[in-house]
Amino acid sequence: MSVLSVQGLGKSFGGVQAVSGVSFSVAPGEMLALIGPNGAGKSTLFNMVGGQLQPDAGSVTLGGATISGLGPRAVARQGVGRTFQITATFGSMTVRENVQMALLSHRREIWCFWRSVAERFGAEADALLAQVGLEAQAERATGVLAYGDLKRLELAVALGNAPRLLLMDEPTAGMAPAERVALMQLTRRLATERGIAVLFTEHDMDVVFDVADRILVLDRGALIAEGDGPAIRANPAVRAVYLGTDAGSH
Amino acid sequence: MSSILPQLLTGLATASSLFLISAGLTIIFGVSRIVNFSHGSLMMLGAYIGWSILTRLPREPEWFALGVLATALATAIIGVVLEMAVLRRVYRSPELFQLLATFGVVLIIQDVTLLLWGPTELPLPRPRWLRGFVEVAGSRFPLYDLVLIAIGPLVLGLLWLALNRTRWGTLVRAATLDREMVAALGVDQRRLFTSVFALGAGLAGLGGALSLPNASANLGIDLSVIADAFVVVVVGGLGSLPGAFLASVLIGVLQAFGIVLVPKITLVLVFLVMAVVLVFRPNGLLGRPQTEAREATVAAPVVRPAPPALRLLGAVTLALAVAAPFIVGGYYLTVLTDACVAILFATSLHFMMGPGGMASFGHAAWFGIGAYAAGLLLHWAGAPMPLGLLAAPVAAGLVSGLFGLFVVRLSGVYLAMLTLAFAQIAWAVSFQWVEVTGGDNGLLGVWPPDWARDPRLYYWMALALSVGVALLLRRALYAPYGYALRAARDSTPRARAIGLDVEGLRMVALVIAGAACGLGGAIFAYGKGGVFPTYISIPHSVEALLMVLLGGLQTVAGPIVGALVYTGLADILVRSTDLWRLVLGAVIVVLVVAFPEGIAGAVRRLWLRGREA
Ligand SMILES: Nc1ncnc2c1ncn2[C@@H]1O[C@H](COP(=O)(O)OP(=O)(O)OP(=O)(O)O)[C@@H](O)[C@H]1O
Ligand SMILES: [Mg+2]
Repeated sequence: MSVLSVQGLGKSFGGVQAVSGVSFSVAPGEMLALIGPNGAGKSTLFNMVGGQLQPDAGSVTLGGATISGLGPRAVARQGVGRTFQITATFGSMTVRENVQMALLSHRREIWCFWRSVAERFGAEADALLAQVGLEAQAERATGVLAYGDLKRLELAVALGNAPRLLLMDEPTAGMAPAERVALMQLTRRLATERGIAVLFTEHDMDVVFDVADRILVLDRGALIAEGDGPAIRANPAVRAVYLGTDAGSH
Repeated sequence: MSSILPQLLTGLATASSLFLISAGLTIIFGVSRIVNFSHGSLMMLGAYIGWSILTRLPREPEWFALGVLATALATAIIGVVLEMAVLRRVYRSPELFQLLATFGVVLIIQDVTLLLWGPTELPLPRPRWLRGFVEVAGSRFPLYDLVLIAIGPLVLGLLWLALNRTRWGTLVRAATLDREMVAALGVDQRRLFTSVFALGAGLAGLGGALSLPNASANLGIDLSVIADAFVVVVVGGLGSLPGAFLASVLIGVLQAFGIVLVPKITLVLVFLVMAVVLVFRPNGLLGRPQTEAREATVAAPVVRPAPPALRLLGAVTLALAVAAPFIVGGYYLTVLTDACVAILFATSLHFMMGPGGMASFGHAAWFGIGAYAAGLLLHWAGAPMPLGLLAAPVAAGLVSGLFGLFVVRLSGVYLAMLTLAFAQIAWAVSFQWVEVTGGDNGLLGVWPPDWARDPRLYYWMALALSVGVALLLRRALYAPYGYALRAARDSTPRARAIGLDVEGLRMVALVIAGAACGLGGAIFAYGKGGVFPTYISIPHSVEALLMVLLGGLQTVAGPIVGALVYTGLADILVRSTDLWRLVLGAVIVVLVVAFPEGIAGAVRRLWLRGREA
């Protein structure tokens, strides 16, 4: 039984067909990579799954229940955690407080006007930060973090929601190559341990081939290939439209 | 039919005047992203300068035209000076500080005008041609209004040509669409901004001079005009010139017919139109969504609990405040009571504006609603003071929540301007509904019961309530709710993605802010023994903004510091000089230029720097 199932999803902006007729599913504990050149429609697809955008066509189901048509908040409540291509964090808070917010929301403690945040879920937040390697930065202002650390923080925040499905839009952008592999292997471990389904996009092919169980290739809004690493590497259509521009460098 | 046409023409004449003033405002906003509060003051200057020029010229039409153009030129030059002296220094400041700086300019211009031309209204003697009439559909229609009707489209046409047929116009349009791009192209932004500001100021001056034959030069023009101009610009869509024209016609015609059909509520009508338009078209008739790139790049500093030294200072201040009636008396006790009210006024605004990220130009609305709730209950039902003090926050909170239903989805400048519109509605109701509110005369005899008549007792009560509420608000800001509110401000997508109910959080912030502010209004009402429409006036709303921005948005203690400093400053100024507006305005401008993060923010920065060294 798959966690996420996407059927015939489509979206256009004005005249631009950003995504059309995309179908796929992700199983618990599976790492599914979505690759494609810039402007292929990856973020648009993520945003339709996460509820940030409403699809023009098709449906999204999570654990059998339809979530397309719900807003981002309701989707999050259904157990979807996500990171954004352009990191989105709470700049006026410390690193720990960012994670505490996710925990407070998940435990339905937001509508409390009395108890100090400082006393809530500090230890749990630190544990999540330790998992992504940010424990030393817990007290720092989010605004001063390096971009790679912001990406890590976003992962910790997404995990605070105890997600069934994790959407990661370019989770390793701005990191050094060694860090990328480390972060994605961490994600891989979490996915396996907790049975989280992970859908991610990534431009670094080494990372993709290293950690992904399965790979989807999107081009101009449509899926053109699907399979494991070797199959994708060998796929002539993929080589033509995607790796063809990029194959030499990897 | 015979009565519709003249009415329509009257509306179109009004529309032309509205367009002249709002065209400059919208172009300036489009290019510089500054909401220029002083635009009405420029029009006022135009009226006065126009009066001085026109009364010295021969009375023939051609001389009139020449004088009007000379006035426009003069105000354009004043605009250049303003831009170079003030606005240029605040382009990188947060939006609200820019607004505050331009309000400082409003105050300065008010006093300068008073000094130069005196307090009395200056009507323009009208030669025969200005009093002429033409026959329209069987009734007499003023010739001059026909001239005005022609001028609106003429100016629109000229502006369109300038914007679409010159290199300068291309740059202006590009800057309106994407400021960063123009900067990247290596265009001299300073000259572009200065020229745009000069044009806007010139148009305002033109509008001022052209208004003379139908009105007169007087000191009330600035604020009444700016409210109208805000409405037009917002309805039309910020930065859109055709939008401003469309909105001017819509509102001008609506006003003309409104006066005939429902004379009592014309003011309300105009602002209702604005509310309706914004609910259905949040970016105005022809506006495009605002890009908020600048907000995102300025990271707000982390909010941390006050350091022990500051808590100690707070405790000492509080102890002094409690002991104050034994030390000072009479007049100073009144000032201190006012300061307590100011604390409620400022902390409530800060609550929605700082952590909530929802700026308000009309915070006095809640103050006034609270005051009127208490006053009306006493006046019409003889309700005792405790009931009044309870009813005030309930009433203000309820209305604020109702208002919130329409506006929580709006963002930034639009929300702020809609708050101004709402405050104007509340003001109009209090002013025009004479049978119930007493109109301009207000409600008198709103005194506390005998047991609280002693000024010392009343002061202590005010102190307890304001400090109590301020502490509750502070508590809420450090609790999960306050953090969530701030989270929604910091990054709305992230807040939603972790399951936060952004609209709900904002609604509650509006209700809380309204209620706390309403309580302040009631305390003020009983303290002064009356309730008046001025409680809801624009200058009063701006006072709240001043307090909050003086204290700084990013610290929880900020609004309290701001309230105290402002109350003290205003008191000293009003008593020591007739030119207090001039001094206050200058102080505001200097503060905004020197301390973009407010007093408390600047102190905190120095403190942190001192500790790191
Ligand atoms: N809000 C929007 N309005 C209009 N067009 C959009 C919008 N968002 C995306 N597009 C267009 O849809 C297409 C897909 O964009 P999308 O951001 O999904 O691509 P992507 O695969 O994530 O690219 P990248 O690798 O650069 O992140 C692009 O042509 C883009 O210009
Ligand atoms: Mg993308």
